[in-house]
Amino acid sequence: MFEIVEQPIELDRLIHAVGRPDAGAIATFLGTTRDNNAGREVIHLEYEAYPEMALREMERIGAEAIERFAVKSVAIVHRIGTVAIGEVSVAIAVSAGHRDAAFAACRFAIDRLKEIVPIWKKEHYRGGEIWIGPQRGGPAPAEELAAR
Amino acid sequence: MRIRLRFFAILRERAGAAELTRELTGPTTVGEVWEALRRERPALAGFAGSIAFAVNREYVDSKTTVQDNDEVAFIPPVSGGYSRSCLKSSSSR
Repeated sequence: MFEIVEQPIELDRLIHAVGRPDAGAIATFLGTTRDNNAGREVIHLEYEAYPEMALREMERIGAEAIERFAVKSVAIVHRIGTVAIGEVSVAIAVSAGHRDAAFAACRFAIDRLKEIVPIWKKEHYRGGEIWIGPQRGGPAPAEELAAR
Repeated sequence: MRIRLRFFAILRERAGAAELTRELTGPTTVGEVWEALRRERPALAGFAGSIAFAVNREYVDSKTTVQDNDEVAFIPPVSGGYSRSCLKSSSSR
């Protein structure tokens, strides 16, 4: 299950989507909207996607996680549009035979998503707004993304 | 030859459009398309961040030549940031 939605993410459905009789663990990650960044008070957030490409990249991350960590199933849902503080903007569920693989694959999926999936976040403050770019510095390695 | 251009987030705002089309007369790379846009739209020229390119929803490098009916997207840094550490680097570049 890979989706981009404009309404609150349905967590039950996400978890159900990865449930398997041969799984002994489901790990989940929820990214929630924070009320501050770099010392500024954030009022709400706004997410924008390149939906066709973002979905394709999300599916690819799921397939890569299954291959690398031998997990059973991966589901990723990202919300776009205006998201209030404290709500879930991205949710990932991974089922696996055992918990170690489930945790590792879940961590991999959210890290990878933040690196390559074309979804952008705009923070709205009192009296201002800003598109959030790289948080770890350095230029975007366009050539490296292309070289995958 | 006609190509479709798509802009997102900060680049959409600076381009003043989510989509544009362009007619090209000869072989053109995505990097050249971007440079032409920057000459044409000062707000894009002023964009200090770096960008990635996608053609038909796949990341490509700036030297990729566009084809008729291609969808070329200009991708500003994504919300979690590009991290060099986890991307496969290319030794040829």
